[in-house]
Amino acid sequence: MSATTLAPSPREISTKPRRSDKVFRGIVTAGGLSSLVILGLITVFLAYRGFEVLRQEGIGFITKAEWAITLDDSNNIVQSHFGIAAMLVGTILCSLVAVVIALPVSVFSALFLNFYAPEWLKKILVTVIDLMAAFPSILFGVWGFLVLMPSAEYWAKLINKYLGWIPLFEVKPYFVTRSPFIAGVVLAIMIIPIITSVSREIFAQAPLDRIQAAFALGATRWAMIKAVVIPHGRSGVIGGAMLGLGRAMGETVAVYTVLNIVFQINWHVLLGAGGNVASLIIARFGEASPYEIKALMAAGLVLFLLTLIVNALANLIVKTTGKSGR
Amino acid sequence: MTTTAVPRKPWEKSPKDRARDFSFFIFAIAFSYAFVGVTQMKGKLAYAFVFFVAYGVIVSVFSYISRGAPAAKDAFVKTLVALGAVITLLPIASIIFTVIRRGLPGLKLNLFTQDMSLAAPTDPLTNGGVLHAITGTLTLVVLALVMSVPIGILTALYLTEIRGRFSGPIRFLVQAMSGVPSIVAGLFILSAVLYPIAKSYSALMGALALTILMIPTVARTSEEVLQLIPNDLREAGTALGGTQWRTVAMIVVPAARSGLLTAVILGIARIAGETAPLLLLTGGGDKVNPNPFNGSVGSLPYYIWKSFNAGSPESLTRAWAGLLVLMILVLLLFVLARALSTRKVSK
Repeated sequence: MSATTLAPSPREISTKPRRSDKVFRGIVTAGGLSSLVILGLITVFLAYRGFEVLRQEGIGFITKAEWAITLDDSNNIVQSHFGIAAMLVGTILCSLVAVVIALPVSVFSALFLNFYAPEWLKKILVTVIDLMAAFPSILFGVWGFLVLMPSAEYWAKLINKYLGWIPLFEVKPYFVTRSPFIAGVVLAIMIIPIITSVSREIFAQAPLDRIQAAFALGATRWAMIKAVVIPHGRSGVIGGAMLGLGRAMGETVAVYTVLNIVFQINWHVLLGAGGNVASLIIARFGEASPYEIKALMAAGLVLFLLTLIVNALANLIVKTTGKSGR
Repeated sequence: MTTTAVPRKPWEKSPKDRARDFSFFIFAIAFSYAFVGVTQMKGKLAYAFVFFVAYGVIVSVFSYISRGAPAAKDAFVKTLVALGAVITLLPIASIIFTVIRRGLPGLKLNLFTQDMSLAAPTDPLTNGGVLHAITGTLTLVVLALVMSVPIGILTALYLTEIRGRFSGPIRFLVQAMSGVPSIVAGLFILSAVLYPIAKSYSALMGALALTILMIPTVARTSEEVLQLIPNDLREAGTALGGTQWRTVAMIVVPAARSGLLTAVILGIARIAGETAPLLLLTGGGDKVNPNPFNGSVGSLPYYIWKSFNAGSPESLTRAWAGLLVLMILVLLLFVLARALSTRKVSK
């Protein structure tokens, strides 16, 4: 019968993606996974190159402060000691000084931007602070060395004069040039924009109804901030400070130009000796033998893992405060 | 007789209040001037510091007398937050001012027409220039762009369009990647590409490291932009029978075009002045190098680094001039990104 052949067959409807979509999703997913691949590769390659040194030095690589390699005439290694303890201490010291200086300044300027500045001023300031965050680090390094250093040295002398009895501010022998304190000041200037913009965004999310309730109850602006904004934003600000800490830990050029790099463990902030892991790599790279390069790779691995942990924690904190809202 | 009610605005300052505030201001200036003069403090910063302390104390004492302790605290904090903003802005003002003042003497015409192959950093300023550095930075940026923009935008598309199982972890990893120290990116390329495969300095090596630093910036900004594209557009595309890839390619991405461009420009601004990986990977040649895949290549940051380390007055002027060029470049990129992103909002 011919009628059955003419009857339209039901169209097949499916939600299965077509081939073009499958290809598209495949490509996009591959692109999306790139960050995982890159981070994984960084870990694998630095560990692979640094493995020999790490195995030889063992735990001493992060607990000893000596960095020396002796070569004979035909470039064979006679003896080598690689330990980055001094540089790790320097990294932590410089970045902590930076955060201690930058945190109050950033919180104050974030409060100023959100609750005190008129709208036109706020717009300008936010643009300027964002611009500052985009400035390259070599700019801060050269400026820090040639312009900031004389003033910072003067401040260091003042601190030493009046607070020198605290062991942290002791300077023996008296040498205050190119100290971790000065490097910390330069790093603080570099991370202020980061902490300010994170804090500003967190403060802006403070619940408006509570702000208005506080004002309606007759609170002054500071009383409102203390009762509403600070409890709301506290952990977010800590997260922002840790983001800044991570940035300060990995900074290379600005620290290398300012700091006097010495291989000794130095906890005295004002004494002109120190270093950080990143600047160690730049300082030694030029004249390093292949074996020492491996040691530098291992140092890079330690730095990478350190900043990764600090950053991950910071992002976790910022994210959870952002989500919970109040 | 009619009386019109005049609206009262008790929160606005009366002329008397203004006069009072102004006199406090003047008094604080005078006090800081006298105080710095009498004691051994020195420098402009000391004036500013004493001024803020004096102003804060005066205002809070007055508030305490007229309105009590809470008002005094409020007035003091107001001064404190203003001080915070000033401290934030001082360095950037100083940086821009110094770079312009010290860089301008080095800006000669030959700076843009010559390279440093026949000149030493300590030569007089009429010799040599930054041509090799500018072409080198351009090469590096273009190569990094070609590699990082597709990856960055694909990552953003994955996070906004596919929203797959890995969205959470990938967003987290992109954040983590933006915190990778630049020197580590340099070491990674050194260990993974330069030593085993390429075996020589080249612009490509530098660009690979810059790519790692640029991807997170591009991905995060693009993601923010793509999130802003209304879902109606995606639904309309699908309703018209478009496959997902056509909807994304023909509707979503064109709608986000200017925002994506902003993301790319911000990425360029991020890497244009990056120094540390270039010190490890590019060799910093003094000649214009037309081959991006082989041979050492100069760049603006490397040029500044070399001139700065040479340490003579001429070379320092060179470094400042290089910084000025670099700063203008970053400024231009930044203004461009701003202009594009505000246009997007106003539409």
